[in-house]
Amino acid sequence: MAVINADATRAATPRTRKSRTFLVLNTVSVVAGVTIWWGLSLAGLQFPSPAEVVAAGWTMIQDGTLVTDVGASLGRVLAGFVLGSVAAVLVGFVMGWYTVARGLFEPWIQFFRTIPPLAMLPLVLVLMGIGESPKIFVIFLAAFLACVISTYQGVVSVDRTLINAGRVLGAGDGTIFARVVVPASTPFILVGMRVGLGSAWGTLVAAELLAAQAGLGHRMQSAQLYYDLPTIFVGIITIGVLGLIMDRLLMLAGGKLTAWQENR
Amino acid sequence: MSTPKISVRDVEKIFPVGNEEFVALGGVSLDIADNEFVTVVGPSGCGKSTLLNILAGLEKPTGGTALVDGKPVSGPGPERGVIFQQYALFPWLTVRENVEFGMRTAKVPGDERRRAEHFIRLVGLEQFADALPKTLSGGMKQRCAIARAYAVNPSILLMDEPFGALDALTRVRLQEQLLETWSKDRRTVMFITHDVDEAVFLANRVVVMGARPGRIVEVIDVDLSYPRDEDMRLSPEFGALRNRVWHSVYHQRQIKEPAQ
Repeated sequence: MAVINADATRAATPRTRKSRTFLVLNTVSVVAGVTIWWGLSLAGLQFPSPAEVVAAGWTMIQDGTLVTDVGASLGRVLAGFVLGSVAAVLVGFVMGWYTVARGLFEPWIQFFRTIPPLAMLPLVLVLMGIGESPKIFVIFLAAFLACVISTYQGVVSVDRTLINAGRVLGAGDGTIFARVVVPASTPFILVGMRVGLGSAWGTLVAAELLAAQAGLGHRMQSAQLYYDLPTIFVGIITIGVLGLIMDRLLMLAGGKLTAWQENR
Repeated sequence: MSTPKISVRDVEKIFPVGNEEFVALGGVSLDIADNEFVTVVGPSGCGKSTLLNILAGLEKPTGGTALVDGKPVSGPGPERGVIFQQYALFPWLTVRENVEFGMRTAKVPGDERRRAEHFIRLVGLEQFADALPKTLSGGMKQRCAIARAYAVNPSILLMDEPFGALDALTRVRLQEQLLETWSKDRRTVMFITHDVDEAVFLANRVVVMGARPGRIVEVIDVDLSYPRDEDMRLSPEFGALRNRVWHSVYHQRQIKEPAQ
């Protein structure tokens, strides 16, 4: 009898139960990680303890440096990422739709894809000075290159039958593009944007390490000079948490936009 | 005699395959009268789907002409509705939005689009009007595709193995529903299938095609009255016609096999 009851509950809410188990395991893992970290710092390793890091973080929040740094970094990454994604979607669509455009764009995109955006930084710094624009530009490049190929793939892999279905229902090229090709390639674009966001975030921090007066990367760089490990830890954790939040937000938006997909 | 609704004259379709030529259709001629229900049956590679695509305006013949209402086919048009084997519903649109797609492209004003409801009811999907295709079964998807094709009010329905991917029971139900829909609202239908039972059950005439080169082997009249039902499917007359079509489809393959 008890067995049957247990089965019935499981059948009723298999999803919630599974995700709850998952959440418990996640929490256990994080707590265990922090405990090990604390243990290592107590054992005399040159680590700041979690308490020291929290204290450093609290000071940085109170004196406003963390907020300024986060603001500066987020501003750059969002500007570069938004510009890069918009450009990537436009270029990707044009490449997928017009053979001529594909022929013209492809060699350049393939070439620049093999160069890490950061490798462009010295050149960009010389050409664009040391203001915000060179940093935003390399982030733009990182986001653009990650997203453009994926958008293009999305456009060329639209199911021919769907295009034919549109055509036999009387749709012209413009309608086919707007009402069939664009929605059908949305999942590809979103994958490209997620990769682009990761790439943009990584490029940002590295760019700030090399050349910036504010931002999380800059803060860590200057903390290094003073052997200020807690501040470096605060920087690392903030970068990780912000990256995670942005990725999850994008996933959430993507899930809403592509809820129609069969394989979910 | 009036002009046939569909007239196919010596239509030829040759694909280059490497350095060789593949004759998908080698001079096919066929007339279909207004409001006639014609099924085309044949082995794979006989060019039956190519013939349908040419009539739909999705492919161009390499020789001969395809006429609809006496005018040569030059591209897809709203007077010819097409139903594909893979349903081809737009997965990001609901059932209603799918059915309305063709009306929107034809710039039919919003209030007139209420006709969509009529066709959704005609195929019995009124409870699923706001559902996305992913939540529908294969049979329901195909019913939605039929409603979508009907909604642009075509005088011709071109159906390319529409029930081929469905299980036997669903297929039989949809055949009966299709005939019911067709008898309420008659159109000229060309229906491609590889299922001999289906071909005989639905048609006024069965066109049997053969492969290599793709050609019409025989046209068999089905002099059974509509409405047709399960009893008819089990009748000796039906059985005799089925055997005749089966023989015609099977026999040509017997001839072809040793030649390969």
